[in-house]
Amino acid sequence: MSGAFVIAGAKINGEDVGTIAVRDGVLIDPTDAGTGATRIDADGLVLLPGLVDLHTHLREPGREDAETIESGSRAASRGGWVAVHAMANTNPVADTAGVVEQVWSRGQEIGLVDVFPVGAVTVGLKGERLSEMGAMAQSRARVRLFSDDGICVYDPVIMRRALEYVKTFDGAIVQHAQDLRLTEGSQMHEGDVSAELGLAGWPAVAEESIIARDVLLAGHVGSRVHIQHLSTAGSVDIVRWAKARGIQVTAEATPHHLLFTHEEARTYNPLFKVNPPLRTSEDVEAVREGLADGTIDIVATDHAPHASEDKDCEWAAASFGMLGLETALGVVQQVMVDSGRMTWKDVARVMSHTPARIGRVEASHGRLLTVGEPANLTLVDPASRWTVDPSALASRSHNTPYAGRELPGRAVATFLRGTPTHLDARFEGAFA
Amino acid sequence: MKHLLGTKGMTREDAVLILDTAAQMAATQDREIRKLPTLRGKTVVNLFFEDSTRTRISFEAAAKRLSADVINFSAKGSSVSKGESLKDTALTLQAMGADAVVVRHWASGAAYQLAHGGWLHGSVLNAGDGTHEHPTQALLDAFTMRKHLMNTDGTGVDGKGLDGLRVAIVGDVLHSRVARSNMHLLTTLGASVALVAPPTLLPVGMDSWPVDVFHGLDDALDAQPIDAVMMLRVQRERMTGGGASFFPSPAEYTRMFGLDGQRMARLADNGIVMHPGPMNRGLEISAEAADSPRSVIVEQVANGVAVRMASLYLLLAGEEQS
Amino acid sequence: MTGIVLTAPDMTRAITRIAHEILERNAGAENLVLLGIPTRGLPLAVRLAAKLAEVEPSFDATGRCGALDITMYRDDLHRHPTRPIGATTLPSAGIDDAIVVLVDDVFHTGRTIRAALDAVKDLGRPRAVQLAVLVDRGHRELPIRADFVGKNLPTSRDERVDVHLAETDGEDAVILTGGAK
Repeated sequence: MSGAFVIAGAKINGEDVGTIAVRDGVLIDPTDAGTGATRIDADGLVLLPGLVDLHTHLREPGREDAETIESGSRAASRGGWVAVHAMANTNPVADTAGVVEQVWSRGQEIGLVDVFPVGAVTVGLKGERLSEMGAMAQSRARVRLFSDDGICVYDPVIMRRALEYVKTFDGAIVQHAQDLRLTEGSQMHEGDVSAELGLAGWPAVAEESIIARDVLLAGHVGSRVHIQHLSTAGSVDIVRWAKARGIQVTAEATPHHLLFTHEEARTYNPLFKVNPPLRTSEDVEAVREGLADGTIDIVATDHAPHASEDKDCEWAAASFGMLGLETALGVVQQVMVDSGRMTWKDVARVMSHTPARIGRVEASHGRLLTVGEPANLTLVDPASRWTVDPSALASRSHNTPYAGRELPGRAVATFLRGTPTHLDARFEGAFA
Repeated sequence: MKHLLGTKGMTREDAVLILDTAAQMAATQDREIRKLPTLRGKTVVNLFFEDSTRTRISFEAAAKRLSADVINFSAKGSSVSKGESLKDTALTLQAMGADAVVVRHWASGAAYQLAHGGWLHGSVLNAGDGTHEHPTQALLDAFTMRKHLMNTDGTGVDGKGLDGLRVAIVGDVLHSRVARSNMHLLTTLGASVALVAPPTLLPVGMDSWPVDVFHGLDDALDAQPIDAVMMLRVQRERMTGGGASFFPSPAEYTRMFGLDGQRMARLADNGIVMHPGPMNRGLEISAEAADSPRSVIVEQVANGVAVRMASLYLLLAGEEQS
Repeated sequence: MTGIVLTAPDMTRAITRIAHEILERNAGAENLVLLGIPTRGLPLAVRLAAKLAEVEPSFDATGRCGALDITMYRDDLHRHPTRPIGATTLPSAGIDDAIVVLVDDVFHTGRTIRAALDAVKDLGRPRAVQLAVLVDRGHRELPIRADFVGKNLPTSRDERVDVHLAETDGEDAVILTGGAK
């Protein structure tokens, strides 16, 4: 976008009202914008650095019926995201330089968000031998995060080797913490609700024991480990303990684990079936506290699209996972900002600065909103109230647990290096 | 009553109404002509996603004795191979004009989903969903207990619950919908419940359940006189198979939890022996106990038809409820 | 006419007369079985049986008097909320070859008796079925007639006849209400 534009009246990072200007994809001094510059009235809006999601499932290649890189990119830009990290559990699995380059270049081609592919830790996600992480790191996709997400890296020796190996290129192993034996056939959190409903339980210890093992391993070999979708109070405690000992661990929480409890399963509606499962209200409270106090470093969506036949069925037959890209900001505002636990500046930290740093893309993302930086921007309307309509979402799939709910925090404009990738109706025609 | 999905949340009034109605139904089964015209013109579909000839026949007999038309729909599919979806099956049944669907399914919550999914307009009767509930089993168990144990003053049992009775449920509670449904109903009707099982076969998260827990049948028998002991079927596959390791061996299970003649003699006077069937003779229950005069196991089956007739009557006979 | 159309003494006299008529028609009480149709047909049947035993001491008033619940034979179940089912009790010898006298309080459309006949048919094969009613208010919808009637009470369709019995309502009275002003 070469013509200049000015965004005036927004609260920068939710703090002071200010004006920013963009030319040629870069932030410039507003006084240099020139009189011909397009002017965006952002009164009442909050301007954040472009959001970076560390955990997205784009399903392409292999399950294009559920989502494609294009539909996922569109959903992301509508949700205020400028970069997403696409998980490797595609078909074929992203365990070679070829597949990750394919995903990366498709994302570039579409140009709505920067797609950073995550490479598999083990070949085929089988957990038996390491994938060619070096090749993936050196490819055009420049992979730095590796995960077998969907599946836990269960073998302790494989996990150790992986942690050691990624030090070569400042990578991190991203763990989906789930003891496979303790969760065979599990359907929902193991507790009083599962006892009553007769659904096989998923004990908290299945998550916590793996996290405990992996933070100790990371400390032992001096490597970086990132724990996905923390869901229990115990998990938060373990990460807090590890950080206090200087272990290089980072952690994420999903929006749904900030909001919903296992009580949602009482209706047997598979839209609430997710891995890890929704937990108790004590767990939700601990996750909120952990996010607020920095024990949990970031919010990541774990956007998991599923075709309707995989969700419109018996709970036990349904796939795990929920959509998340378009609703994340609204949920975070509702649970964390409106309640006073966090400020919008904190939101910038957990949804832009820190994820970019963990993903090692901070050269281009999660940067400060100062002159000279790339214009990756998210404009949010905190006063907006919108009802989630599954059929109106950009995702190809419709499995959102927020269907029919009212949320705040709609992203009204998203800019990727100065190009508007999403514009609310109110800005229609602003960029001719 | 639009649906019968479970005994959790069932009021005492509704439970007693079903039992009293079942008593009237049972009385009609002693006549020469056992058929009644009450549900003539209604269509009852038996939708069975799990094989169960006994339960299906029981429901079929109940529906036919009330002159309803019965359609048997044996659906394929399991948690491994999905088969035709629950939604598509329900839409097909709705198109066929089912007034009531009796559903047995391997997934917990399937009956609830059928009743509230918006695909069916008729009544849904849960014939067993996964490990969640099996309300007509609990009702026929309560009917049987009431008949044998609540007429000590000779005034009959009409209008009565199970107040003051002590019932022990023995076996794999974790995986048993019969145990769950019975536990809710027995407490609603005023009985006290003892669950007897090894810790591996009891669910985590049951602290708020209104029951006493014992990890051995002898302990339960010693604690309080038991009026009715309900033996649950133990699945051998759960024992040691597939690494599930719920229990070391069938022999140890029988030693600690099996009902034999000696243990049976320690029940309360007039105490009865029950089993939802099918039995593993020699495992959870000895032949002596199964065939003793205290055993009401065969009668439970007959009572099942009367209870299911009552359930169908109460769901279908009155004016249609939205 | 509204208000009490039959007083307690009227009702007693009517029951007495019906008892005599039953005995006369059937040449005695042999093989007689009275079946009261709940709710109020039942206490009426009991009174009638007692009266029969007064006149004919060989008649076993308790053993030859029973209840016939017709709920499961009604043709209008789907028009009302679910009705509870009452008990049906028969003499120990059954009703095969007996002279069954159905007893009810008000005889109106005839549908109740039609259901009762269906019920009787499933219980056995009586030699004959007769009908005794306290009040016949007309407006038959089926070709059924009563053999023994306490009082013929012509009514209009929008009028209401309520029979009160001491056993169920604390007093004996037949009350007529409603109708065009």
